[in-house]
Amino acid sequence: MIRLLVTLVALALAAPVVHAQKKYDPGASDAEIRIGNTNPYSGPASAYGAIGKSIAAYFRMVNDQGGINGRKINFISYDDGYSPPKTVEMVRKLVEQDQVLFVFQTLGTPSNTAIHKYMNGKKVPQLHVATGATKWNDPKNFPWTMGWQPNYQTEGQVYARHIMQTKPDAKIAILFQNDDYGKDYVKGLKDGLGDKAKSMIVAEASYEVSEPTVDSQIVQLQASGANVFFNVTTPKFAAQAIRKAYDIGWKPVHYLNNVSTSVGSVLTPAGLEKSVGLITTAYYKDPTDKRWAEDPAVKQWEAFMKKYYPDGSLADAFNMYGYSVALTVHQVLKQAGNELTRENIMRQAASMKDFRVDTLLPRILINTSKGDYAPIEAVQLQRFNGKQWELFGDVISGGH
Amino acid sequence: MNRKMLWILAALAVIALILPFVATSYRTFQLTLVLVYAIALLGLNILTGYNGQISLGHGAFYAMGAYCTAILMDKLGMPYWATVPVAGAVCLAVGFLFGLPALRLEGLYLALATFALGVAMPQLLKYKALEPWTGGVQGIVIAKPEAPALFSRAGIALDPDQWLYFFTLAVAALMFVLGWNLLRGRVGRALVAIRDQHIAAEAMGVNSALYKSLAFGVSAMYTGVAGALGAIAVQFVAPDSFNIFLSIMLLVGIVIGGLASISGALWGALFIQFVPNIADEVSKAAPWAIFGIFMILFVYLMPTGVAGALRQLLARAGKKAHNQPRPLKEETP
Repeated sequence: MIRLLVTLVALALAAPVVHAQKKYDPGASDAEIRIGNTNPYSGPASAYGAIGKSIAAYFRMVNDQGGINGRKINFISYDDGYSPPKTVEMVRKLVEQDQVLFVFQTLGTPSNTAIHKYMNGKKVPQLHVATGATKWNDPKNFPWTMGWQPNYQTEGQVYARHIMQTKPDAKIAILFQNDDYGKDYVKGLKDGLGDKAKSMIVAEASYEVSEPTVDSQIVQLQASGANVFFNVTTPKFAAQAIRKAYDIGWKPVHYLNNVSTSVGSVLTPAGLEKSVGLITTAYYKDPTDKRWAEDPAVKQWEAFMKKYYPDGSLADAFNMYGYSVALTVHQVLKQAGNELTRENIMRQAASMKDFRVDTLLPRILINTSKGDYAPIEAVQLQRFNGKQWELFGDVISGGH
Repeated sequence: MNRKMLWILAALAVIALILPFVATSYRTFQLTLVLVYAIALLGLNILTGYNGQISLGHGAFYAMGAYCTAILMDKLGMPYWATVPVAGAVCLAVGFLFGLPALRLEGLYLALATFALGVAMPQLLKYKALEPWTGGVQGIVIAKPEAPALFSRAGIALDPDQWLYFFTLAVAALMFVLGWNLLRGRVGRALVAIRDQHIAAEAMGVNSALYKSLAFGVSAMYTGVAGALGAIAVQFVAPDSFNIFLSIMLLVGIVIGGLASISGALWGALFIQFVPNIADEVSKAAPWAIFGIFMILFVYLMPTGVAGALRQLLARAGKKAHNQPRPLKEETP
């Protein structure tokens, strides 16, 4: 009897201790974790909406399998139509009214810029934003914001490294879009070339998104006598540049930025035979690439798509992107365990060690730390063979 | 203005003053945006509703006002409240100047000319030579104004959202009173006369050219002031914030709210602020289809706008249901 009493007392004492280990901020409880998101489901950028839809589908699957550490994920995603004021309104709704634990994968550079100060002022994580700008890796000034994909500067550095290795006598011509995105790439390339940037880069030309063509810039760059062409353009201009360079008989080593690697919307309009030899980077498995047809991770993704997102296209790389980034945040939440505070979410997101998302290219690992808020920093080079992209060389990491 | 109207106005004022203390700060922020849109819609209504000139490019003036405020605050360190009249003045001048050549264009042709302005604006804002001021695609982030210390000393604790709401409310009230004064008198009658029959109006001695460009200027000024307030509320401006869709939504707002009606601006603002959100909640797959259904319903059920429908209801309730033709002016701000 006494022993029973002792046990009971011990239990009663132990219970609050166990309970105290669970820590919750708004948006988390024993039953669920609320995650907020904005995506352009309507408007000019609505193609990106596939990302939000595939992430929602991923969490439906997670919930069917019992959730994360026993908690269901409540993924609340609103349409912002790619309009920054709407993003501000919707994100405030998520934080103040829906009381989400954090926002995740908000899409677009201008949209994320609009909420950057607000999120950091409120100390709510703005996790794994869907944009390649470099400014999301700034833990000192913005400790509550983190990117995910390799940023543009990293990619520029990778090209620089490859140029230095394979063509030490390179004369480089650059075509870039005159905005943050274009300048980010150029900065990455120059940083990568280091002291040699001044002597190696022989010509730079820029264009405005409003210009009808980049033909004259291509002619001007060819005239510089460059034998390496760094092509930092969005899809429409990329197609024009590839075609024009080929048509005027300019045959440099042609580096094309990752933004415009779609075979369907860039290389086919430019002409597949004119695109042979293009070099670019990749970091996740392209679902249309036959090489991955038997890959277990891609097969698993296909099964997921069929069951949870049947109206999504299996040829749309955005669906692979959404699935991959969702896998990453899944790991963050797993690591966070029962301490579901906003601070701990950021701490866990910033302490990933060699984490492997198996839909990313082999040997690409996610690493973050207190001073490094850039989860994916490695990419692999690939070359176009007239039909599809072919990976070559090793996985290369950019900065640091 | 009769006694009943005064009562309604007083009731509205009381509600407007109490709302931010009962609503969450997110709702308060939304209500601030409603007031901002209401000012913009009143501006567009002066041009389109009262003067009959269709503009598909008022988003451009909204953007101009917003950028004026952002640049003055960010680059010159001006206090937020001082930027609002500057934004209004700049838009008044630009609107008036744009109105001069646009005078030669009637109806749909003017609509196309203004459409061109609306389409061009985001790209102009990205223009390289302007980048040191506009920040290019990056846009400008501006700080959020705090409530003046005056209030906390008086024992009223206002958070920034509440303060911004009251600031916007004060500006909106001022703009509505000004608009009401302008439209109920000679100027208002002249504008309507030009809309209904410009040859007759000229025969009566109305200087059609002057009034038309004046209407354009004043309308742009209202929209510019709204843009300035909107920028302060959202704390961010970027070219992508002011695409052609904004201009179209403003036009939708005045038609739904009620053409040539001052109170219509408020109803229209409520519509363009809240109905897209409702549509998004109904269906993620096709939010604009749902929005379209709402729009068709409103147009069918309230052909004279929400303001017109309310007026009819009031008239019926007051048992003064005599046949009213389309009202030329309206007395409820």
